[in-house]
Amino acid sequence: MQYLVDGLLIGCVYGLAAMGMTLIWGVMDVINLAHGIMITLGSFGVYLLATSLGMNPYLALIIAGAVGLLAGMGIYKIAIQKVLDTSHLSTLLATFSVNMILLGLATQAFSTNPRSLDIDLGSITIGSVTVQVTRLLAALVSVLIAAGLTLFLKRTTPGKYIRAITDNRAAAELVGIPSQRMLAFSFGLGTLLAVMAGGLIATFFPFTVLSGDAYQLKSFVIVVLGGLGNPIGALLGGLVLGVLEGILPAFMSTSWVPVIEFVLFVVILLFKPTGLFGVKK
Amino acid sequence: MSLRRAPGFWLLLAVTLAIGLLPIVTGNPMVRETLYTIYLAIALAGSLNIILGYTGYISFGHVVFFGLGGYVGLYLISSFNTSIWLAILAGGVAAGLLAFLLGSAILRLRGAYFALATIGINEAMRAFVNNFPPFGGPTGISLHFSVYQPYGGATQALWLDYGILVALTLASILLSYLVKSSKFGLGLMAIREDEDAAEVMGIHTTQSKTWAYLLSAIIPGMLGVLYYFKNSSIEPSDAFNLASSIELLVMVMLGGSGTVLGPVIGAAGYEILRGYLLLSRLFRDIQLTVSGLLLLLVVLFIPQGAVGWLTRRYPRLRQVII
Repeated sequence: MQYLVDGLLIGCVYGLAAMGMTLIWGVMDVINLAHGIMITLGSFGVYLLATSLGMNPYLALIIAGAVGLLAGMGIYKIAIQKVLDTSHLSTLLATFSVNMILLGLATQAFSTNPRSLDIDLGSITIGSVTVQVTRLLAALVSVLIAAGLTLFLKRTTPGKYIRAITDNRAAAELVGIPSQRMLAFSFGLGTLLAVMAGGLIATFFPFTVLSGDAYQLKSFVIVVLGGLGNPIGALLGGLVLGVLEGILPAFMSTSWVPVIEFVLFVVILLFKPTGLFGVKK
Repeated sequence: MSLRRAPGFWLLLAVTLAIGLLPIVTGNPMVRETLYTIYLAIALAGSLNIILGYTGYISFGHVVFFGLGGYVGLYLISSFNTSIWLAILAGGVAAGLLAFLLGSAILRLRGAYFALATIGINEAMRAFVNNFPPFGGPTGISLHFSVYQPYGGATQALWLDYGILVALTLASILLSYLVKSSKFGLGLMAIREDEDAAEVMGIHTTQSKTWAYLLSAIIPGMLGVLYYFKNSSIEPSDAFNLASSIELLVMVMLGGSGTVLGPVIGAAGYEILRGYLLLSRLFRDIQLTVSGLLLLLVVLFIPQGAVGWLTRRYPRLRQVII
């Protein structure tokens, strides 16, 4: 039970990171290999704001997210826009080169030593289950952001533009939607989600410059579980992954968990590429 | 493949052989070590090019064949004391078998889905080997010093290892050329341009793709044995490192995918550049950033790679460059 709850809470944060990846994938058909480094930078952003300026980590999260939005739009303009309609290889390598550049700079600035934000907000015990408040808050913030994103996509005009571009970019352009601006904005949104997920991870797990890579791989698994290009599916996929990671160690040694995860990943790609909660695109 | 029909190919083969023999003739181990990295990269990139460049399928986790070959080879050498020759053969067979089994399943996926699946397979393999006691689990396999005795000691074994590497590099260039100039290769390129149309034209697409995947896996499997034999130890995080997989993609892209010459130039250029950046005082610490910037510039401005750019600029070169 304890594992299940912990798994669910962490799964929300995984889901948040994966939502960013799946949004970018859905809108512009790009697998963002710079996702992991953005998660890392989110962790470091919150860490630095909280430790050196003494800022409240949850306030720092918002600032980091805003910077992430702008940075993502910048990355799109510089590195992605020009190769967007060429081959998958070009976009993969373009985002990978962004990853290399930022990772090189981050390693130079922060070294590869592990860091952690020692936040202790106590814990709540209900019955036999004890929940750390930091994890509870992280899950809550993740769900709120996810709900906000869904509302934004469903209700607002820019959100509708983004969904129109996801469905059919050429048709969206024909009816006068400013597609380049919206694409840049979507990439910014995806980056914002990665940065915020990274910031939330920093509030309860230690991290290094390289830890984003592991979360990026988890995001791949989740995105496929939830169906490529489906944000709500990504959140649910995150919950599934979190629960798996929480429960599987009770039946087998922890080191077998990634084997199960990635085998599941390949199997789903092969037999149900629309994901577990597949909606047809 | 007479000399007159493909002068560029024979020139490439001759130059590769001549440079490869250089350290053997002069007996200089420093030059040998430098060339080892470069030749390894050339052979790996050339193999990847068969599935990536000719067939148009982005194999993102290609290092899985290199790692698996290395593991199978080192397991045989350390547990059964087999010779290096048999181990290399076994490494190639294991990689080929994996590609064949996987290929028939995952090659149904197209575009980025295939790329994602290859990442998943590499990660699943890494996690599995981590838990597989015969392969030493997370600590991997270390070779005892005595395995080098039959080859006249460790020093001699390194020379032998290098000699085989040069031979395999030449084999990979030859294979790349044979595929490209064959009817089979034409079929692959038709698949790359438009898979549905290729099928309608009578190409057995599934069969062709599986063979291409198999051919691109065998030499990496053999090279894995060679590399880790020289290294004398192997561990999971090293053998199935996704980043080295991506480096191979970068090399093919730099040189120009879908050509025989491209991966050779891309791999050599990349390794030479990286060697320089690692040694230079100014760039040593920001090596990754500088490489990233260069890659971005290439992707944005010369996406067809060095060879593609040259043949577009000077069309007459098309008669020579393959």
